[in-house]
Amino acid sequence: MTMSEVQPPSLPTNSPKVSPTQYMHDRVRWRLSEALPWIVAVGAFWVFPNYLVLGTQMIIMIIFALSLDLILGYAGIVSLGHAAYFGVGAYTTGILSAHFGWNEPLSGLLMGGMVAGVFGFASGWLLLRYHGLALIMLTLATSIMLYEFANVAEVWTGGFDGLLGITIDPIFGIFESDLWGKTYYWYSLFVLFLVFLAVRRIVYSAFGRGLVGIRENTKRMHAIGSPVHQRLVTIYVISTIIAGFAGALFAQSTAYVTLDVLSFSRSGTVVIVLILGGVGRLYGAFIGSIIYMIIEDELSRISPEFWEFGLGLVLVLVVMFFRRGLLGAAEDAMKRIRGASS
Amino acid sequence: MTTALEVRSVSKNFGALAVTQNVHLSLERGARHALIGPNGAGKTTLINLMTGLLKPDQGSIILAGRDVTSFSQEARVKHGLARTFQINQLFKGLTVIENVALSISERRMHGHDFWSPAWTKSDVLDEAMALLEQLKLESDALVPMQQLPYGRQRLVEIAITLGQQPKVLLLDEPAAGVPSAESHIILDAVDALADDIAILIIEHDMDLVFRFAKSITVLVRGEVLVEGTPDEIAQNAEVKAVYLGEKVNG
Repeated sequence: MTMSEVQPPSLPTNSPKVSPTQYMHDRVRWRLSEALPWIVAVGAFWVFPNYLVLGTQMIIMIIFALSLDLILGYAGIVSLGHAAYFGVGAYTTGILSAHFGWNEPLSGLLMGGMVAGVFGFASGWLLLRYHGLALIMLTLATSIMLYEFANVAEVWTGGFDGLLGITIDPIFGIFESDLWGKTYYWYSLFVLFLVFLAVRRIVYSAFGRGLVGIRENTKRMHAIGSPVHQRLVTIYVISTIIAGFAGALFAQSTAYVTLDVLSFSRSGTVVIVLILGGVGRLYGAFIGSIIYMIIEDELSRISPEFWEFGLGLVLVLVVMFFRRGLLGAAEDAMKRIRGASS
Repeated sequence: MTTALEVRSVSKNFGALAVTQNVHLSLERGARHALIGPNGAGKTTLINLMTGLLKPDQGSIILAGRDVTSFSQEARVKHGLARTFQINQLFKGLTVIENVALSISERRMHGHDFWSPAWTKSDVLDEAMALLEQLKLESDALVPMQQLPYGRQRLVEIAITLGQQPKVLLLDEPAAGVPSAESHIILDAVDALADDIAILIIEHDMDLVFRFAKSITVLVRGEVLVEGTPDEIAQNAEVKAVYLGEKVNG
């Protein structure tokens, strides 16, 4: 842009040269910076060989947070009970192995996702007729009921003691689980990559735009003939399937499932992760999960009892000063640097 | 069949309050009809009954010869009935063209496609751009909605509705909140719409009403007081007493 093109300073640089078609193409195009998280993830394998177990848990958290971002960030469905589907995925895979000897990992993973999706469809169909506070309470209540159910169904879930006896076959019949967590690191990263590709496509599709429309103005979506409830149920099912994958990976990588997978604290954690990283911006789930788990790991080492105070403090600062999350703040900073240099 | 929309003896009560009483209203194809009446006359309620936001206690709504009384709002939209809102209902987080493209995309049932990138290969954007040009909004295409001045937001409100290619268009106070010096822009845009669209407008500004409408219905306390041409309405003593007189005194 030359200096002769005078632009009002308050307006953003929406150059009239960009056609709307170009704009829509540019949105979807892969940016170079999008390679960064994958380079980091692959590089971390060699740089932090002693942290692969933690890395695997981060990856699982990212998958879980991505699933929440689909409904919270894009469709505007606030859920405080998303652990329900993480837990159903974890228990499905765990029970198949512990009780039925179904130890093949890929099909176990798929089953975890599918059963979570069935639960998601049943509850979503009912719950998504409600909005606002009522919906938040209903998601919370659903997860509490599932938690108590898992507690009572001790024969199947192991109840409070947890589900033991999960054994997972080598992946593709070749790669065995190892003490350092190398195998599960790659396996989880592979699943994350596939999930991310799918989520990215969904977000940038016409369906994804429709979800944003529902988030921005449900009343208007009804008035342009959009089947709002059907759309919400669809994205809820997709989201719960992905949450189920995350839970299944968790069960496989730790070979142990406790009631914690269904807990309110897990539901709360994934919301915190997303707010930390940035809601409704794809990579917010990555940043949030990594920051959260580093904070947890470091602070709990310093003070096992008091570490959550530190987490609370970080969250307060982020919410007060970076309303759009750490990723949003980083984007703003980049824009400012670019603006200053041009 | 030339009747685009017909309201047949429709009544609606909110508890003991009769907000709509035995209302008849008929819009021919290409109608330019105004619905006027003092505040609380039940004008917006009547629109909500037409669009399906409310269900009538009695009576029926006929859209292009089909009884749509039991139809959902979405289904009525699919049958050609679209509306604007008195208070803008926009997608504030999206750009202007995305607001319009979303409407077109929903009309064309693209909203079910969760795999292909949105609006890159289809002609949704071309159609959206044509609509923006029609309303002289093309230079704002990529402006974020919330940065647009209110008067132009009002035009986008209409553009979104036109994205549905309605056969019947209900405009609920389209110039509300727009400075009177600029309200003609809104009306010019409405005037320029295709002749075969039946348009019902609710408006408080009598200058706009008499300039635009070929027929007028006066609603008072949920009842049709009188219906006629602008001249007949202007001459009508009852209307003067109940409505126009009140306006002058107020």
